[in-house]
Amino acid sequence: MREFIEGSAAVARTIRMCKPGLISAYPITPQTHIGENLVQYIADGEMECEFVNSESEHSSASIILGASAVGVRAYNSTSSQGLLLMAEVLYSIAGMRLPLVLTCANRAVSSPINIWNDQQDSVTLRDSGWIQFYGETNQEVCDLHIQAYRIAEDRNVSLPVMVCMDGYTLTHAVEVIDIPEQEQVDRFLPPFKPLHVLDPKDPVSMGVLYDPASYTETRYAIHETMREVLEMIPKVSAEFKEIFGRESGGLIQEYKTKDADKVIVAMGSVVSTVKEAVDEMRDEGEKVGALKVITHRPLPSQALYNSLKHIPQIAVLDKSISLGAAGPLCMDIRSVFQGKDASPKISGFVAGLGGRDITKDTVREIFDRLSGDQVSDQFIGLDVEQVINAT
Amino acid sequence: MATKHLFASGHTACSGCGQSMAARLVVDAAGPNVIIANSTGCLEVFSNMYPRTAWEVPWIHSLFENPASVASGIEAGLRSMGKLDEIRVIAQGGDGSSADIGFQAISGMFERGHDVLYVCYDNGAYMNTGVQRSSQTPFDANTTTTPPGKKSFGKKQYQKNLVAIFAAHGIPYSATASVAFPTDVQRKVKKALDIRGPKFLQIFVPCPLGWRHDPGLTYEVARLAVETGLFPVVEYVDGELASARSISDPKPVEEYLKLQGRFRHLFSAPGGEEEIKKIQAIADGNIRKYGLVKEKPKKEPEKEPEEKPKEEEPKEEKEVAELKKFTLEELAKFDGKEDRPAYIAYKGKVYDVSEKVLWDDGDHLGLHEAGKDLTEEIGEAPHEEDNVLELPVVGELEG
Repeated sequence: MREFIEGSAAVARTIRMCKPGLISAYPITPQTHIGENLVQYIADGEMECEFVNSESEHSSASIILGASAVGVRAYNSTSSQGLLLMAEVLYSIAGMRLPLVLTCANRAVSSPINIWNDQQDSVTLRDSGWIQFYGETNQEVCDLHIQAYRIAEDRNVSLPVMVCMDGYTLTHAVEVIDIPEQEQVDRFLPPFKPLHVLDPKDPVSMGVLYDPASYTETRYAIHETMREVLEMIPKVSAEFKEIFGRESGGLIQEYKTKDADKVIVAMGSVVSTVKEAVDEMRDEGEKVGALKVITHRPLPSQALYNSLKHIPQIAVLDKSISLGAAGPLCMDIRSVFQGKDASPKISGFVAGLGGRDITKDTVREIFDRLSGDQVSDQFIGLDVEQVINAT
Repeated sequence: MATKHLFASGHTACSGCGQSMAARLVVDAAGPNVIIANSTGCLEVFSNMYPRTAWEVPWIHSLFENPASVASGIEAGLRSMGKLDEIRVIAQGGDGSSADIGFQAISGMFERGHDVLYVCYDNGAYMNTGVQRSSQTPFDANTTTTPPGKKSFGKKQYQKNLVAIFAAHGIPYSATASVAFPTDVQRKVKKALDIRGPKFLQIFVPCPLGWRHDPGLTYEVARLAVETGLFPVVEYVDGELASARSISDPKPVEEYLKLQGRFRHLFSAPGGEEEIKKIQAIADGNIRKYGLVKEKPKKEPEKEPEEKPKEEEPKEEKEVAELKKFTLEELAKFDGKEDRPAYIAYKGKVYDVSEKVLWDDGDHLGLHEAGKDLTEEIGEAPHEEDNVLELPVVGELEG
């Protein structure tokens, strides 16, 4: 059913249809509406679920960890400092192979404090063992949540999934979304049946100590699973299309790249802006395109290579930066071409930090600058006056 | 072995480890229908190493500071599955996890009312990382981060009163126990698990390695901590003090201290005797506060209140006899600051709190100041007015 609905409310509605047994959350802007909507469903008797208001994000992450360990499907949402406070718990969840789903409403990281959107928070957690999806629209964000549980809880996977949605740009945006029927979700997402749970009838120890003789193998096992996840994601996306009738999810999405000589690679809502600029520039006769990274971890190296190998000039647009190095996505895209025959020019641009708007003009500027020398860490829209005054 | 334990032998704890003894007492008392969430620490490390485990019950370890939160999730998860009637949940950690890094998570779990028993194995330092100071390290103890030296006698601060802090959360049960009294430990675990809601149990567990005592003396050291009054064994029910294990004949603290290398410097360094007196004052304070020493029949006709250390007695009695009249202005001068005496007024009488450990510099837990009429505040305090009535009276408040 098509509804005019706020992004956060749509995510809450989607999570309700995924029927978690436990939700824990801690307030942080701009994620807060998701939890508020969910707990209202419970208060109104429209959803049967335990809701635990934790005293910190560290604890809310630990609470869903505990619930998952006894075999309960659980959910959490957070942003920015909340995600960073959870960081060590998120590593622990992945290491214990607990198939949880968490929404990250992307927001800049302190200091200075800034409540607006960029992707520094979730990108910082890319090495944690969580599968990471980035949604472009609220429709995609909702669909990715349903697919997230399906992938996470597959017994061959047993890894957690983080669904990232740009704070405000998506969380607070009201747009038309096709809300699925409960029956469709039930058909797509079977009940959670974990391999091992904490149960007195069959006692197991979880989270035990691994010494140097065995720790490496646990990391290798997750890494190997990630490789298998790359093969599974397109299949799950195809199955989703069969039941829900629309393309959603997957590893990457090409947009007018086939004959392009310039392509911008990006993640999240900014891809919509890039696509609009591409349309305009195509009308003007320029051969430009866009490539959306939906699955950031595991990194779909082969798919990226296949889609980009014929593009002479590639721009990577990062809404985060590995300070002292370059944009993290830019480094990823370059790694895809390591030791390969094709070696396109790959330039890295950093934009949209702390909520600064990325407009079609920003996108045009990136395409323009792509004609020059290869660059790695070019800040777009930098106010040089401010930098000089501050030093 | 005739009895099957739920905490198997073959683990790698040090010989004489009080924590391993207590952990077995706890899980055996809890029985097989329990799930345990453990913090990082000695117990977590010595009880398992892949692929072996000593735990015969479902057990999980995630991080140092989150066993209370993991247990909250387990409890709420079991509730969501309708299994909370069959399965009990225990969270456990050492004193560093419980009193320091995981303190907030326990407070959160208790405030939310989860049906979980939290067990703190208190050996008074971060033993797993090599004997560093925690907030539960006792006054003057030598740890690797509170070393004695020319300008130090060891740890400078007193411990937090964990059991009272958690009792103040209004939870139905908060208690202490000592591994020296195994029956009492198991009785309290069973009692706690029969209560629905949040419960706290702090168990005193000597660490021969960190305390540097003979591993054969674990029980002896634990027993002396109780018998000196340094570790009061108490129970709070619904936030009120409900019981305290009495001491028939309090031992001087030296007997406890001299068995342990962590206090050895107090017996050799100049000024050590003064420090030992301060430790004796802590024990005496506990004895008074919890009424640990039952009055002996022969002393009954002589004195009514609990006796205080000898030489202070006459001074107090003299002051009582004078019954000086205080105005609020005069009372304000006795604020305990800069070595001035610390007096408080309660229901028209003025009491001397100068010697109370919890009234250092005229400040009571950062909540109340000396030199004031605290009649209203004491009505709201977690302890009974008995704590006040047993204080030395120095006068009456006018008006």
